[in-house]
Amino acid sequence: MQEVRLEVNGKRISKDVPDQTLLSELLRDILNLTGTHIGCDTSQCGACVVHVDGKSVKSCTVLAADINDSKITTIEGLSQNGKLHPMQEAFKKHHGLQCGFCTPGMVMSAIDLLKNKKNPSDQEIRDWLEGNICRCTGYQNIVAAVKEAANKS
Amino acid sequence: MASMIGSKVERKEDKKFLTGKGRYTADINFANQTYAYFVRSPHARAQIKSVDISKASKSKGVIKILTGEDLANDKIGGLIAGWKIVSQDGKDMKVPPHPPLAKDSVNYVGDHVAVVIAETLEQAKDAADLVNVNYKILKAVVNTSDAMKSEAIYEGIDQNLCFDFGLGDKGKAEEAFSKAEKVVSIDLVNNRLIPNAMEPRASIGDYNPSSEELTLYTTNQNPHLTRLVLSAFNGIAPEHKFRVVAPDVGGGFGSKIYPYAEDAVVAWAAKKIEKPVKWVAERTESFLSDCHGRDHITHAQLALQKDGKITGLKVETIANIGAYASLFATVTPTYLYAPLVLGLYNIPVAFCNVKAVFTNTAPVDAYRGAGRPEATYMIERLIEKAAKELGMDRAEFRVKNFINKFPHQQCLVHNIDSGDYSAHLNKALELSDYKNFEKRKSESASKGKLRGIGFSTYIEACGIAPSAVVMSIGAGVGLWESAEIRFNATGNVSVFTGAHSHGQGHDTTFAQIVSDKLGVALENIELIHGDTDKGPFGMGTYGSRSLAVGGTAIVKACDKIIDKGKKVAAKMLEAKPEEIDFKSGEFVVKNSNKKKTIGEIAFACYLPGQYGEIKSPLPEGVEPGLKETAFYDPINFSFPAGTHICEVEVDPNTGETKVVTYTAVDDFGTVINPMIVEGQVHGGVVQGIGQALYENAHYDKSGQLTTASYMDYAMPRADNFPEFKIAYTSTPATSNPLGVKGCGEAGAIAAPPAVINAVVDAINTEISMPATSEKVWDALQNKKSNREAA
Repeated sequence: MQEVRLEVNGKRISKDVPDQTLLSELLRDILNLTGTHIGCDTSQCGACVVHVDGKSVKSCTVLAADINDSKITTIEGLSQNGKLHPMQEAFKKHHGLQCGFCTPGMVMSAIDLLKNKKNPSDQEIRDWLEGNICRCTGYQNIVAAVKEAANKS
Repeated sequence: MASMIGSKVERKEDKKFLTGKGRYTADINFANQTYAYFVRSPHARAQIKSVDISKASKSKGVIKILTGEDLANDKIGGLIAGWKIVSQDGKDMKVPPHPPLAKDSVNYVGDHVAVVIAETLEQAKDAADLVNVNYKILKAVVNTSDAMKSEAIYEGIDQNLCFDFGLGDKGKAEEAFSKAEKVVSIDLVNNRLIPNAMEPRASIGDYNPSSEELTLYTTNQNPHLTRLVLSAFNGIAPEHKFRVVAPDVGGGFGSKIYPYAEDAVVAWAAKKIEKPVKWVAERTESFLSDCHGRDHITHAQLALQKDGKITGLKVETIANIGAYASLFATVTPTYLYAPLVLGLYNIPVAFCNVKAVFTNTAPVDAYRGAGRPEATYMIERLIEKAAKELGMDRAEFRVKNFINKFPHQQCLVHNIDSGDYSAHLNKALELSDYKNFEKRKSESASKGKLRGIGFSTYIEACGIAPSAVVMSIGAGVGLWESAEIRFNATGNVSVFTGAHSHGQGHDTTFAQIVSDKLGVALENIELIHGDTDKGPFGMGTYGSRSLAVGGTAIVKACDKIIDKGKKVAAKMLEAKPEEIDFKSGEFVVKNSNKKKTIGEIAFACYLPGQYGEIKSPLPEGVEPGLKETAFYDPINFSFPAGTHICEVEVDPNTGETKVVTYTAVDDFGTVINPMIVEGQVHGGVVQGIGQALYENAHYDKSGQLTTASYMDYAMPRADNFPEFKIAYTSTPATSNPLGVKGCGEAGAIAAPPAVINAVVDAINTEISMPATSEKVWDALQNKKSNREAA
């Protein structure tokens, strides 16, 4: 067992977990933050993307015990005082989601893109989101949503 | 209040999904839950000589291990094929037994052998490794084209042939070909696909020993039918003691229409051990055991006059349905395929033969479009080839053969009520700037690229389906839909539908219909679906049926509410019911300003009588309450159609093919929410382009699935696509009061032939799907060496 100490969505947590516990498992199974989804076993789909110290990371690629004292933001921690994050608003406005399963990872990735690049082109958005698979939307409205969020930020 | 029909309303369901509050099956947990892990066959075909669980049973945390023998002892029935197909010789189709846990033989890699239930998932997995199955490995039948010549997999099913189905007039078709001035033929493979909804399948069984009620939470598009099948055929629990809940479901695309072996086993096991049992698929399990799609081999011929008029069509198809006949496996390559081979052309005679074969591969069932993409790929590839051989323009050739009078009784099955095919073709020609294609081709050539253009003018039959018709051709159920409108006393409305939303946005679209009909604000309408304990029995969501059939049931239930409301309003307003008009949420006495809102009427229905200020007597004979149910059985299918035009650029040095422009003009009849419809088109087109350029389920000779992860199965990704151009034309359906036709599958149906026609146009040689860089490069090299040899 390993002690894991993190700040998750602004709250300090400390848990003893088996050594092999992935960050995605910690979030879903131990902290009950089920907004982070598991869509594959090979770190390909991107449904589990969260922010670790502000950077987008596939949480299924990280051992929880390896990132002690990090700050984690999950999809549940984005909206503040009941107000949606501009990226969440833009996804809603542009119908950037259908079944919603890939959405948390997609939103978390897209937010990190805008931290790296203020006004990305369509192609830059598409290239950045290459690691997030969506089977429903055909991506076009996701690109539109990210552009809108970029314009507003 | 402005009309809600045609309004781009943001989705009611989005907030929960965007804030991580969606509740998918894998998100549900119970206090004392146990974990299931399946022991699956590593072999494509083998006899099970013995299953030894003695060592595994002693493994830490193990609660129970169940095998095919336990299942047989408990008399749990097999999974069923829901549609009986009759062969040309009048004999019924042949199907092997499909026990949820195999007892005597396994027939594909991933087939279910045993389930281990333990206190933790890791313990269940560890113990599963200790289950010792003694197999006698047999030679697997893998290939679609060889299946009929191979050793029979099942005793009594000669040539591995499920059925040999024929539709149309063979004699007349032969006659048309004997008189034909020109015959064009094509050989096609429709590649096997894996649906890959992003949410892997999951099931949780929860048994309540006190009430003897069993609940199954499952990733499913069709909870009522799932309960019916698991109850009536598998004998898991009687329907009145069995609840099936399909909560938020992360995409389906057909792969979640029916119960799977895991559903039956998890529900049965939960009842047996009287503890909740949870199973969540790993992605590789999804690849191996979700039903796959497509997998056809087809030879087709078109008979023509010299002037380009089509006089006949012959189609021969072998459809690989995998190891077992899944629930919709037999209807998909027959009645969902064969009637559609005519496309939207006026073809006077046709004959379509479909031989369905068993192989040692995962079962094949409905996948987005189900039969219609296969039919459309065949006819649209053939049409484009014919135009080229005749030296006619591809658009002109199509127009010459389009159906142009409605209703039109086709020579096979369908009576098409409405359409205007030249309208969407012309709009697509304009939007895609077809007339300047040659200029763009030269520009590409100057960069060393080969540019091609491809068309697909498609039709589909949606809104499945008139029960009397489908039951007369083998369906095991009617395909109506239900709706219930419950007005609450405080004026808000609960709407129950038998359809199921797993991305389609029913919460919003269906609420728009109710809002429009009853004049209630959207925020006061809640749609409830996916729970057999809540709404009335329904037939679920697939085949672009929800709006045409389920939406119509909602309209009918709203009409009943209005009828009752008029009677109550008449009494309260001291008028006759026939003097009451209902508009925008108000019951008004004709030619007066006397009125009651629908909210006041609902209140009166729940508080009938006089009490202080409340004066709401109900008319004599009118029952209290305001709740109406409607069951709607459609009178016909609906027939969406459209034109999609694709342009590709091929790099001859690498074979890489890029879709550079894509134009879709669709006729879906009336559109309720254009934003949602557009999203459905985008998603469908990407799945269609995925089939054409990237996706392929591949089994090696021994029956191992070599594309069983996202490392090996090429999913379409954001950077594969340009921005699509989308537009609509509209000829409302005449078969339902909304005039809607269905839009969910159109993109997946239209795109594959549009893309491949474009690739063939670019490289000027045949190519099969998926047109990967390697294949395209090979095709170009072969062409070059053939030319050099000649």
